[in-house]
Amino acid sequence: MKPGKPIRRLDRVIIRFAGDSGDGMQLTGDRFTSETASFGNDLSTLPNFPAEIRAPAGTLPGVSSFQLHFADHDILTPGDAPNVLVAMNPAALKANVPDLPRGAEIIVNTDEFTKRALAKVGYPADPLGDGSLDGFHLHKVPLTTLTLEALKDSGLARKDAERAKNMFALGLLSWMYHRPTHGTESFLRTKFAKKPQIAEANITAFRAGWNFGETTESFAVSYEVPPARLPAGRYRNISGNLALSYGLIAASRRSGLPLYLGSYPITPASDILHELSRHKDFGVRTFQAEDEIAGVGAALGAAFGGALGVTTTSGPGVALKSETIGLAVSLELPLLVVDIQRGGPSTGLPTKTEQADLLQAMFGRNGEAPVPIVAPATPAECFDAALEAARIAVTYRTPVFLLSDGYLANGSEPWRIPEVDELPEIDPEFATGPNREDGAFWPYLRDPRTLARPWALPGTPGLEHRIGGIEKQDGTGNISYDPANHDFMVRTRQAKVDGITVKPVEVDDPSGDARVLVLGWGSTYGPITAAVRRVRADGGEVAQAHLRNLNPFPANLGSVLRSYEKIIVPEMNLGQLALLLRAKYLVDAESYNQVRGLPFKAAQLADVLWAAIGTLDEEDNR
Amino acid sequence: MSESGFPSLRLVPKAEGPQSARDFKTDQEVRWCPGCGDYAILAAVQSFMPELGIRRENTVFVSGIGCSSRFPYYMNTYGVHSIHGRAPAIATGLATSRQDLSVWVVTGDGDALSIGGNHLIHALRRNVNLKILLFNNRIYGLTKGQYSPTSELGKITKSTPMGSLDAPFNPLSLAIGAEATFVARTIDSDRQHLQSVLRAAAEHQGTALVEIYQNCNIFNDGAFEVLKDPGSRDEALIRLEHGKAARFGADLANGVFRGPDGELFTAPVTADNEADVLVHDAHAASPATAFALSRIADADTLHHTPIGVLRSVERPVYDELMASQLAAATDGRGPGDLATLLAGNDTWTVD
Repeated sequence: MKPGKPIRRLDRVIIRFAGDSGDGMQLTGDRFTSETASFGNDLSTLPNFPAEIRAPAGTLPGVSSFQLHFADHDILTPGDAPNVLVAMNPAALKANVPDLPRGAEIIVNTDEFTKRALAKVGYPADPLGDGSLDGFHLHKVPLTTLTLEALKDSGLARKDAERAKNMFALGLLSWMYHRPTHGTESFLRTKFAKKPQIAEANITAFRAGWNFGETTESFAVSYEVPPARLPAGRYRNISGNLALSYGLIAASRRSGLPLYLGSYPITPASDILHELSRHKDFGVRTFQAEDEIAGVGAALGAAFGGALGVTTTSGPGVALKSETIGLAVSLELPLLVVDIQRGGPSTGLPTKTEQADLLQAMFGRNGEAPVPIVAPATPAECFDAALEAARIAVTYRTPVFLLSDGYLANGSEPWRIPEVDELPEIDPEFATGPNREDGAFWPYLRDPRTLARPWALPGTPGLEHRIGGIEKQDGTGNISYDPANHDFMVRTRQAKVDGITVKPVEVDDPSGDARVLVLGWGSTYGPITAAVRRVRADGGEVAQAHLRNLNPFPANLGSVLRSYEKIIVPEMNLGQLALLLRAKYLVDAESYNQVRGLPFKAAQLADVLWAAIGTLDEEDNR
Repeated sequence: MSESGFPSLRLVPKAEGPQSARDFKTDQEVRWCPGCGDYAILAAVQSFMPELGIRRENTVFVSGIGCSSRFPYYMNTYGVHSIHGRAPAIATGLATSRQDLSVWVVTGDGDALSIGGNHLIHALRRNVNLKILLFNNRIYGLTKGQYSPTSELGKITKSTPMGSLDAPFNPLSLAIGAEATFVARTIDSDRQHLQSVLRAAAEHQGTALVEIYQNCNIFNDGAFEVLKDPGSRDEALIRLEHGKAARFGADLANGVFRGPDGELFTAPVTADNEADVLVHDAHAASPATAFALSRIADADTLHHTPIGVLRSVERPVYDELMASQLAAATDGRGPGDLATLLAGNDTWTVD
């Protein structure tokens, strides 16, 4: 660093990289995230990209972005509004400027601001010159020209050299925020191991970007965000889908059940299929099926044979799998159904997040077909959720829904790596012999404690049995159309799910005087918690609770709900949890909701909480 | 029966002693309509199973929905009576995760070819070690008599009072088109032939599709009578045997020939053409002749319907390939280390 260039210390920064779908913004964001993680900041990310693989270049629908929030303290969301926007073209600028607060820094690639490109997105005049960005701190950088200049001796064709401009931008930002650079350089060497010329070009562009920041006049200041003080331990950065994949492998190891994934590609769940297919050395079998139905069917068939059967999908896939999930309810076999929720209905918003499959998971089957539901709150928590879902499935012989969403799936955060022996053990307790005094084996003779039926694997002599989707006689499992038996079996399957042991819901109410409770589930945890902190920082009192088990609910939930005068339930749906709470507990849970394909903002939820507190105060004064 | 007789079962534990048909019967009352062809198939399968010489507990029957799909309840093995059309998918999960099992799928023409058509064709192309018994009665029985995807065009049924409008599937043509490695046809009432086909299917490594013409005496009685009646069957049936001339009829007076255009046709065998009778080659690399044979029957009269093994070829078996990838992944390195996996390559420590 040149002497004289001042360094400003910040406690947190929100950066958004935005460009064309083909500009490599996701990769740029990922690399900056890795650098930030290894530096020791706490962080949270929000990738946002179109469903089209390559939407027409330079258009608004083709804009892909990656937002990263990093700080010297623990943070919970990718941030409401970016402090810095990197806009690789006019479309990226136009699509993202409305999200910026006044005073934010904007770095634009001026080379892309041609008449034609401006016209394509409907800019009547060049925004870089018409004063419309006067409220921002604008850095005009000819990123393409500078990249080409840096690579003029690389021997690469112009088109190939130009593609390294995202690395130039990354280098510049790395300088601005004092990010370590060796990780990116070695990443590029590995990624392009078979194309060393491309690897070197990217590294050259990356270094050129760093040096540009160091030397140019237009960047007078760089910023320092010191490492966060996280709890002691060894950390890595992890995305939700990766954590979920690892959780499944860990559940396989801790239960001794071989993992069998039956899946059909669907956004945003496919990365779990990709990841698990790479771990055959853990005995993981991945089966890419002909359709969603075959994916869950194969997983269920493998479960009958003693595997940890898993299917991964998103909402539309769940709809197709419903009948097989009902069969699993009837067969009473362990099965994990992982739903990475996305915007619906129908194809909806494939790459955007939503949590509108709760009622589908809860009720979306014919007949009375209860299925337990587990929902992680953060990307890293997807690991624990997979283990918890497997515990319930195996212990109670039941299909289990694991509801993640697109935001958790693709977002990432630092994760304290657990020790293997601190992970829970799961005992499948296979049936090994007859369970009747006369030497017979009854496949539906239940464990009185859990109401689980015995899991007898093919290959076990003397336990041959037939099971199916037709109603079964209690105990023997033989076909039965008897009215009283059906009534009993329906109630017993419900009682089994109702009786699943889950942890009590914890309430965060520091003063114990809060009158408003905000209750959430799933990925709204980050913004809700950030909002609660803001309210408390400004002197407000609000209690917070977050559900990880949606079916059954924790046993203490009813009394928690009745301890507060006002219950606010923020959800990225039209009030599905609120509906369940109102029905089950007869409480006036108020839904606050949005379905914009994006997470809530902390400021927005803080306003909602203040309004709730205000309403109670008004009532007092009336 | 030597162990090598069933290479497809080499990973399945052998029975310790001799078994009988009785060992494969359950205490459940069989609930098909009196006179249903399913009874004959059940008896034939139960008396065939001991021949496999494998442990009963390592045998699994998986079915979908329909009359035929009640089959597993009557087999004293492990069994799953699943949902409509999905048996091949469920059986695929089981067979690909448990190579020590002999997995059989029992399905019908509606189950396999209508609601479950997609799973059937994909199981066939994958060549999973499954034996699929397709009971074809050319009608929906359990739902009481609607036309099925194998019903003849113009079929008058409850749902088609003026005749069905859609052309039927030919299950064997479909299977061959779906890259099936083993395709055979047999008849419910001919136990000896049925068991010979089951034997060939059991020996086959990979997916075997066995179409069994089965009489539904309630909703489609006599659909295959011409193939069963002692007065007509010899003329109507072409009993295919690998390596033998495809001759049929009383005194084998007729044969299958290949015309100059490459098409197959049937004609009386004479001294002049005797040498030209098609010699059946079930193992032919090209599926062309098997496909032509699958379509040689007269669609209206069922005359010259081939039965037996039309096609039986070797191709890598999906579950074996899957197992070998798992083995290769640990080869020389041992199983993966969970702690290493969780940590990844990029960690930092907070004190």
